[in-house]
Amino acid sequence: MAIKMIRDVIRDTIDAEMARDDSLIMLGEDIVGGNGAPGGPEAIGGIWGTSGGLWAKYGADRVIDTPISESAIIGAAAGAALTGKRAIAEIMFADFIGVCMDQIWNQVAKFRYMFGGKTTCPLVIRMPYGAGFNAAPQHSQVIHQFVTAMPGLKVVMPSTPADAKGLLTQAIRDDDPVIFLEHKALYGVKGEVPDGDYVIPFGHARQVTQGDDITILATGMMVGFAEKAAAQLAQDGIGCDILDLRTTSPLDEEAILDSVERTGRLLIVDEAPPRCSFATDLSALVAQKAFASLKAPIDMVTAPHSPVPFARELESAYLPSPDKIVASAVKLMSYRRG
Amino acid sequence: MQLSREALIRAYRQMKTIRLFEERLHDEIALGEIAGFTHLYAGQEACAVGVCEHLGPTDYIISTHRGHGHCIAKGCDVMAMMKEIYGSRDGLCKGKGGSMHIADMNVGMLGANGIVGAGAPIAVGAGITAKSNGTVSIAFSGDGACNQGTTFEAMNMAVVLKLPVIFVFENNHYSEHTGEAYAVGAESMTARSAAFGMKAIKANGIDFFSVYEAMRELIDYCKAGNGPASIELDCERFYGHFEGDPQRYRGPGELDRIREERDCLKTFRTKVTEAKLLEGAELDRVDAEVTDLIDRAVAEAKQADRPTPQDVLQDVYISY
Ligand SMILES: Cc1ncc(C[n+]2csc(CCOP(=O)(O)OP(=O)(O)O)c2C)c(N)n1
Ligand SMILES: [Mg+2]
Repeated sequence: MAIKMIRDVIRDTIDAEMARDDSLIMLGEDIVGGNGAPGGPEAIGGIWGTSGGLWAKYGADRVIDTPISESAIIGAAAGAALTGKRAIAEIMFADFIGVCMDQIWNQVAKFRYMFGGKTTCPLVIRMPYGAGFNAAPQHSQVIHQFVTAMPGLKVVMPSTPADAKGLLTQAIRDDDPVIFLEHKALYGVKGEVPDGDYVIPFGHARQVTQGDDITILATGMMVGFAEKAAAQLAQDGIGCDILDLRTTSPLDEEAILDSVERTGRLLIVDEAPPRCSFATDLSALVAQKAFASLKAPIDMVTAPHSPVPFARELESAYLPSPDKIVASAVKLMSYRRG
Repeated sequence: MQLSREALIRAYRQMKTIRLFEERLHDEIALGEIAGFTHLYAGQEACAVGVCEHLGPTDYIISTHRGHGHCIAKGCDVMAMMKEIYGSRDGLCKGKGGSMHIADMNVGMLGANGIVGAGAPIAVGAGITAKSNGTVSIAFSGDGACNQGTTFEAMNMAVVLKLPVIFVFENNHYSEHTGEAYAVGAESMTARSAAFGMKAIKANGIDFFSVYEAMRELIDYCKAGNGPASIELDCERFYGHFEGDPQRYRGPGELDRIREERDCLKTFRTKVTEAKLLEGAELDRVDAEVTDLIDRAVAEAKQADRPTPQDVLQDVYISY
């Protein structure tokens, strides 16, 4: 076991997989940096520090700096993946998915199905996402809600260094296209990471805390918020069963339903706005399949139905928080059927 | 140089305002006073001002992530801009957008933009309006944004529709950490623009007069109904891509050299004083006035009203 930050885990995992598989290539903007500049290539190694040293090790044919052209990045990664390569494409901020949505939604997600199962597209699209930096409406968003809604894509949202390693390894080795979402605020999070080959299969939630009173479902940065809230609630004798879902597609329905059947209360924490979201999807699942176990209405702590605002005060009001989770949990516990 | 003394002083004041605005932000950001990502425009002042000195409130411009200079040049209120960057609810965009999204429709400024390449298509639409008004629409883009498909589509559509749109490419030789030499595949952005079927020229982006004269020609050309045009401006950015950028992609001594030899404010001062168009003392007076303006803007921004949680849901819609 080594202690590592998530950003280094991402880099090291790509490194290990590139060493293992010569067919793996990587494309993105400034993932090398310094190309065509006096400072020379690898002047940065990715603005998030997730690809440092890879160009020097694997060369420009495999670690490919691109012009600012998101549609062509995804299209090129997809074309390579259709023709015998495995590819990792980095979209610098998840918000820029807007620029390359056709390639992701109409092309990558649908190849296998519309070609009658005759092709694979082993492609990982890595996208740093999320709020917390006052980066304003076009650099702070989450996108898991709509990529999860797209049949043909798998969607991964690690929240710990160990999970980042196991899930990214699985994503790269998976023959289906995977959207791999890295929360920008979690890059610096440190934790123990298993040595050697470490693969976490998709569709398995991680039990974060155990408790009998409330099931809390979370992903990404929301997992840590839920843990903080749970620690506070524990002092009042409220036990939280937190599940970090880790992959939103496929989804670990069994773990969710088992937990809710035990606790009878469900609180969903989601960084997305509340309409047509991952939170509403989970809420529908439980309402349909575990209705009889519910002792209180399902509650959701989400962002409001607005873009992500810039100013510090506005962004913190916008985001879910441990305090908001505690308030929701207290409300759930005090609910009495009319 | 047919500019009047007043026009020259005005142009200098605009450039100086941008420079001091950005230098002051650089210091304030280092103190941790300002949230978010800030991309400073210092070094490129002659581009924004050389273009915008031709424009009125019903001419349109659209900007980029590096937008402060375009905003000031087009006439956005400096005090309200500073408040926006500080995230005040009295800011030009009520603290909702910050540095990357400053906009003011009243002065024909259609916004800074966080999405590289998003501006050019919008400028085409403003060009439809401009055509009916007898005005022009300007899309500012960088040497990085020029490689985005949206920019290509916009250029072709403007040609097809024969719109009075001018694509201004500020070539500061870098897109983030990548050199123009690597990322622009064509011989030049100008050659590429010409291939779209529009008039395409270059000018010296560190010389206000070069930009100003070239723009006069292009604006006349567009207003005469000839369709769009493009101009590539060779310029320099004096700070990092964003505040906090270690700038390892620069060559040794590069920053000192460009600040010494390729400073558009110094170039302007030398030109107008050597030609005896203005006295050094007149320019010094402008410097003092602008320094005072920026001091006041920062002092006011720090004291300005903060937004409240209730403001989050304001302005998502007109009515809902
Ligand atoms: C669609 C999109 N892709 C990538 C980025 C990240 N990004 C912001 S600015 C920038 C470089 C832009 O270079 P250029 O157009 O030359 O403008 P400059 O920064 O030099 O002013 C990049 C890659 C973005 N904001 N939007
Ligand atoms: Mg540039």
